[in-house]
Amino acid sequence: MLELRNISVTVPAENGDADILKNISLTLEDKKFVVVTGPNGGGKTTLAKVIMGLLTPSAGQIFYNGQDITALSIAQRAKLGISYGFQQPPRFKGMKVSDLLRIAAGRFLTHEEACSYLTKVGLCARDYLDRDVDTSLSGGEVKRIEIATVLAKNADLMIYDEPEAGIDLWSFARLTETFQELHDQQQKTILIISHQERIIRLADEIILVANGQVQERGPVEKIYPMILNDTVAGCNRLEVEGKC
Amino acid sequence: MLNEIQKRILEQVADMAKIPEGAVNIRSDGQKEYRHNTKNIQITSKTDKEGIDIHIAPFTKDEEVHIPVIVTQSGFHDLVYNDFFIGEGAQVNIVAGCGISNCGDCDSEHDGIHTFHVGKNAKVTYTEKHYGEGTGTGKRILNPQTILYLEEGASVTLETVQIKGVDDTKRYTKAEIGKDAEITIQEKLLTHGDQHAVSEMDVFLNGENAKTRVISRSVAQDTSSQIFYPRVEGNCACFGHVQCDAIIMGNAKVRAIPEITCNHVDASLIHEAAIGRIAGEQITKLMTLGLTAEEAEEEILKGFLR
Repeated sequence: MLELRNISVTVPAENGDADILKNISLTLEDKKFVVVTGPNGGGKTTLAKVIMGLLTPSAGQIFYNGQDITALSIAQRAKLGISYGFQQPPRFKGMKVSDLLRIAAGRFLTHEEACSYLTKVGLCARDYLDRDVDTSLSGGEVKRIEIATVLAKNADLMIYDEPEAGIDLWSFARLTETFQELHDQQQKTILIISHQERIIRLADEIILVANGQVQERGPVEKIYPMILNDTVAGCNRLEVEGKC
Repeated sequence: MLNEIQKRILEQVADMAKIPEGAVNIRSDGQKEYRHNTKNIQITSKTDKEGIDIHIAPFTKDEEVHIPVIVTQSGFHDLVYNDFFIGEGAQVNIVAGCGISNCGDCDSEHDGIHTFHVGKNAKVTYTEKHYGEGTGTGKRILNPQTILYLEEGASVTLETVQIKGVDDTKRYTKAEIGKDAEITIQEKLLTHGDQHAVSEMDVFLNGENAKTRVISRSVAQDTSSQIFYPRVEGNCACFGHVQCDAIIMGNAKVRAIPEITCNHVDASLIHEAAIGRIAGEQITKLMTLGLTAEEAEEEILKGFLR
């Protein structure tokens, strides 16, 4: 179980400090499929980065399976079973797709194993395993390889930051099937930041993050109609309520 | 018989756990240690100076030539001329390499001057590895020169690798490329400690539709320094691409000065050069996969210099 207690992130800004996350407390039950959604700039990615250790919170504590991991490094959290799929993954000159999958899995993978991870993200393994993860790959290809590395790591808690961003419709359909499989298997805790209805509809639970806070939280059937209702014609409820 | 030091160095520079198939010439401390010729490949000692001539018969198919050099005597300076005559339509894989084991206090040096006459439509891959080891204070110095003349339709892939232990190196490569001929030059270099490396290159695209790709990848660690000066000259309708990438670490210094000269309106030449530290986001990504920062750095460098 993941537990965030009173997490705040404050960064220096032009007009004094800016509060990116404001005293967020939440728990994620094991083996749940949770989608975090909300308007741009609301704090979703910051929240995910704080969990992985990519950002240090200004205040608050994070517990994973009862252990305080607030002071642990990224690698230590990874070893405990947390993984993270970047929204904009880096490229590596000279490093091959098969290298990244091997590092992710923490062991040498058979050809079949490596292929299966690429197939799950809609890539033809034969064409990609020996390719360098460099600028010869498109943004969408690098993104799908990124997701394949998270699948290969097979951590108990998988965090994906907008996995759909930059991916074409055909590949996205394949990716949705993969997330559906993860959901159906109910073996991992999945936290996905997403704006895509097809992913949101897979969720056991939706967390709506806006203005640095958890605004709503609940099952899809309750939260998603609420979001749809509030975003008609670009005028959302937060604006109506004067919260933005 | 090879001793243990010789065997270890051969493994490093030539991946040779034992004497390989094909034509072989092993030179150790300035002496011929071993030689084997094949029907199509004849190696003969020069009579006017140190070195060998390697004649590869026309239309030789898929044969290998191994010519490693070992220097184990501290203070030994070896200057050697190796000339390759590759016949029309031959397809060969040539593996050279020099390893210096210097446990003494005097500088050891090997200067190999390799000249390739590559016949019409011949296809050659040439791999050269450099390696140094030893606990002495004497420097390990390697100054190779590689000169290539490519006739019509010839194709050469030249791969040079210097990964560790060479204190000082000054490399020079020159290639004259004929009609429809092409050369790919891949250079990989890692310097550490206070090592110094200079690599100069001149590629002349002289024949119609000549092509070259120069790819230099280097890593400079600690207080080491590197200078790259690849020059490509297009004298006809031709294509050339020079790419220098360097990763700089610690207090190291790297200079890259790619130069392209077009002397013909249909010459198309491109150069790119980038020097920088390992991107933080690359290390962070690998850390999310469970590697420590040091392990991540190692994986990134391994891939970069592959």
